[in-house]
Amino acid sequence: MTAVQKHIWKRFSRKESLERYGIELVVLLFFLWATRSVDIYWPFIADAPHQAVDLVKRMLPPNFSFTGDIIPAMIETINIATLSTLFALILSFPIAVLNARNTTPHPTVQAIARVIVVTSRSVNELVWGLIFVVFFGPGAVAGIAALTMRSLGFMAKLVSESIEEIDHGQVEAIRATGANGAKVFLFGVLPQIMPTIMGTTIFRWDINIRQSSVIGLVGAGGIGILLTSSMNLFRWQNVSMILISIFVVVLAGEYVSASVRKKLI
Amino acid sequence: MFSVKNLVKIYPTGQHALKGCSVDIDKAQIVSIFGPSGAGKSTFIRCINRLVEPTSGKVYLDGVEITGLKGKDLHEARRKMGMIFQEYNLIERLTVMENVLSGRLGYVGFLQAMFRRFPQDYVDEAFHLLERVGLEGYHNQRADALSGGQRQRVGIVRALIQHPKILLVDEPTSGLDPKTAMIIMQLIADLAKEKGIPAIVNIHDVALGQQYADRIIGLTEGEVVFDGPPSEVTAETLTQIYGEEDWSKTIRKVEDEEE
Amino acid sequence: MSSSSSSTVWKRDHFIKNPFLRWTVIILVTAYVLYALNDMNLNWARMKSGLPRAVDFFHRMFPPDFSRWTMIQRGVLESLQMAIISTTISIILAVPLSLGAARNISVRWVYLLSRAFVVVARSFPPILVAIIFVKAFGFGPFPGILTLAFTALGFMGKLLGEAIENIDPGQVEAIRATGANWFKVQLYGVAPQVLPRYVGLSIYLLDINLRASTIIGIVGAGGIGGALFNAFHRYEYDTALAILIVIIAIVLVMEFISSKVRGRLQ
Repeated sequence: MTAVQKHIWKRFSRKESLERYGIELVVLLFFLWATRSVDIYWPFIADAPHQAVDLVKRMLPPNFSFTGDIIPAMIETINIATLSTLFALILSFPIAVLNARNTTPHPTVQAIARVIVVTSRSVNELVWGLIFVVFFGPGAVAGIAALTMRSLGFMAKLVSESIEEIDHGQVEAIRATGANGAKVFLFGVLPQIMPTIMGTTIFRWDINIRQSSVIGLVGAGGIGILLTSSMNLFRWQNVSMILISIFVVVLAGEYVSASVRKKLI
Repeated sequence: MFSVKNLVKIYPTGQHALKGCSVDIDKAQIVSIFGPSGAGKSTFIRCINRLVEPTSGKVYLDGVEITGLKGKDLHEARRKMGMIFQEYNLIERLTVMENVLSGRLGYVGFLQAMFRRFPQDYVDEAFHLLERVGLEGYHNQRADALSGGQRQRVGIVRALIQHPKILLVDEPTSGLDPKTAMIIMQLIADLAKEKGIPAIVNIHDVALGQQYADRIIGLTEGEVVFDGPPSEVTAETLTQIYGEEDWSKTIRKVEDEEE
Repeated sequence: MSSSSSSTVWKRDHFIKNPFLRWTVIILVTAYVLYALNDMNLNWARMKSGLPRAVDFFHRMFPPDFSRWTMIQRGVLESLQMAIISTTISIILAVPLSLGAARNISVRWVYLLSRAFVVVARSFPPILVAIIFVKAFGFGPFPGILTLAFTALGFMGKLLGEAIENIDPGQVEAIRATGANWFKVQLYGVAPQVLPRYVGLSIYLLDINLRASTIIGIVGAGGIGGALFNAFHRYEYDTALAILIVIIAIVLVMEFISSKVRGRLQ
C-alpha cells in the first residue's frame, strides 16, 4: 500500500444533501408550527390514558340484551346502504355518459356533468346528510338521499373513465354495420364497461355499509341514531354493543362484496 | 480450521434435506460441492452460517461451535463468514458503495448505519476492493443499473470486506453467460488464495467446478457420496452423484435449471 | 329440415345461465327492493313537502356569506394542524406496526396483534372513532388528532405491511449473512425496498387526513367541520355554503398536490 489514496465517499452530493435537508427542515417546521399553535392544552393530555380507561370501564361488559333494539336499526342501516347504492347506480349512469369525452353530446353538457361529479365527491356524506335532513326531516329518507348524492360522483367518475378507455375498434365495427347512436352504445360501448359498472357498484356498496352506520349522527337514519341516543343517555354498555355490531356488519359486508366480486370477475 | 459434523436438516414440511453430512477443511482450499438440484447443497451452505437452522449436528469455525451460538455471538460469527449468492442479492435500490459497506454493518452503530457514516478506513478498503475486482468508478451507481457480472463482483466485495475466515459461495455463476461465469469463478478462486481462506462453492457446472477446485465433494439426497481431489473425479463418480448420463461427452456446459 | 328450424332462433346467453336460478335471483332482488322501499316509509307527501323546503334552502344559501372569514380561517388552520400532526404521528408509528403486520418479518403473536389492530382501525369510519374519542377526552382538536392517527394507522399498517410482505427475501438474507443485527437488517435489507411506497403512502395519508379533518368537527373533534355544523344549526345556510366552498377548495388543492407528488415519485 504505497500509494496513499484518500477517497472521500458520501452517499449524496452537496446539492442532494442540501435538498434533502431542506425538505426535512420544511416538514419539521410544519410539524412544529402545528404542534405549537394547535388549540390543545398539552399538560391536560397527561390525563388522557386515565380518561380512556375510565370510558372503557363504563362500556364493559357490553349489553348483549340490547341486541333486540339493534337488529331493526341495523336492518334499516343495510337497507339505506343498498338502496342508495342502487339509486346512485341508476343516476350515475347518464352522468357518466355525459361526462365521458367520447360520448358527451356537447362540451357544455360535459362541463355540467363534471361539476356534478366534483361536487358530489368533495362533499362528505355527513354534510349531504345535514342538507337532506333540512329537506326531508330526520330519518332514513335523508340518509338514502345523502349516500346517493355522495356515491353518485364516485361511480360516475369511475364509469366515465372506463368509457373513455374503451377500444374504439369495436365501436367503429358496430357503426360500420349502419347502427344508429343508441345501438352503437348498446353493442359497442356497454359490453366493454359492464365489468367496471358491476365492480364499482359492489365496491361502493361496501363503502356505503360503513358510511350508513354514521349518517345517523346527523339524524339521517340507521344505527347512528340509536348510537347518538345511547350516548346522550350515557348508556355506555349499549354503546359498546352497538360498536360491536357495526364491526361485525362491516366485516360481513366486506366479505360479501369480496366474494361477489370474485364470482363476477 | 473448519469442520462440519453430522449435519442434519429436516424441514417442517418433512423434507429430509441433509442426512448427516460431515466435512473437514484444514487448509485454505477451494471446495466445490457437486450435486443435482434438490440434493441439499443450498441447505448445507446455509446451515453453516445458520441462515437455515440445522436440525442437529455441529459446525466449528476456528474452534468456535457456530451451532451453539445465539443472538450477538451468532451475529459476530456470521461476520467471519463471507457469503456470495446465486442471485447476487444486492440491495437493488442502494448504490454499489452502500452495498459494499453493508458488509461492515456488524461493526458500526445503528445511527452510523442509518446516516451512512462509515469510518474512513472501511471506505478506503471498499474503494481498494472495488478496484481489485475491476469496478473502479462504479461506486455511485445503483445496484439495479449493473449487469449480472458486475453485480456478482459487488457481491464478492461485500463478502470480502467482512474479512471472512471462510467464503460460502452459493451457485455464483448460474445466472451468468459462460465467459463471465469463468471470470467470476477465477476471481473468487484468486481472492480466496490471496486472502488465504478456504471457500465452499456450490456449483452445478461440473467442468467449471472441477477447473477451479482443489477438492470436490459430491452431495446426493443429503448425503456426502464423494470427497476427493478433482483428479479422482471420473465418469463413475459423476454417475454416482448425478445419476446415469453419458459423462464422456460432458464438456464445458451442463445447463440445468436450478431449484 | 324441421330439426334445424329450432336452431335458427337465436337468443343471447343470459348472464346467469340456469333459468331457475336466474328468475329466483331476479324475483328475490325485486322483492327485496320493494320491501326495503316500503320499509323506509317513503311517502310522497313528505317528499313533496321537502321540495319547497329545498327551494327555500337554496334561496337562503345564495349568495355565500364569507363575512365570518376569521372564524373560517381559524377552522381551516386547525384542520391543517390536525392533519399535519396526525399524519406525522401515524407515519412514525406505522413503521413498527407494518413490520409487525408483515408475516415475513414478524413473529406470530406480534403479527396477530398487529393484524387485529389493523382490522379494527380500518373497519370503523373516522366519524365513529371521533365521537367515541370526543366522549372520552372532551371536545377539541385532541380527539380529532387521535382519530385521524388511529384510522391512518389502520390504512398504513395494511398497505405498508403488504408491501413488506412482497419484498425480495434474498436481499434480506444477504444482509443477515453479513452478521448485522435485526435492526440493521431492517435498515439495509427491508427499508430500501419499501421506501418509495412508504413516501407515496405518507403523502396520500396527508391527503386523506386533511379531507377527514374538515369533517370530524361535526361531532366536536376540532377543525372547520365544527363551524359548518354550527352554521347549519343556526340556519345560516349562506355561511354554511361559504365554509363548504372553502372545504371543497382545500380538498381539491390537496388532491392535486398529492397526485402530482406521487406521480413524480414513480
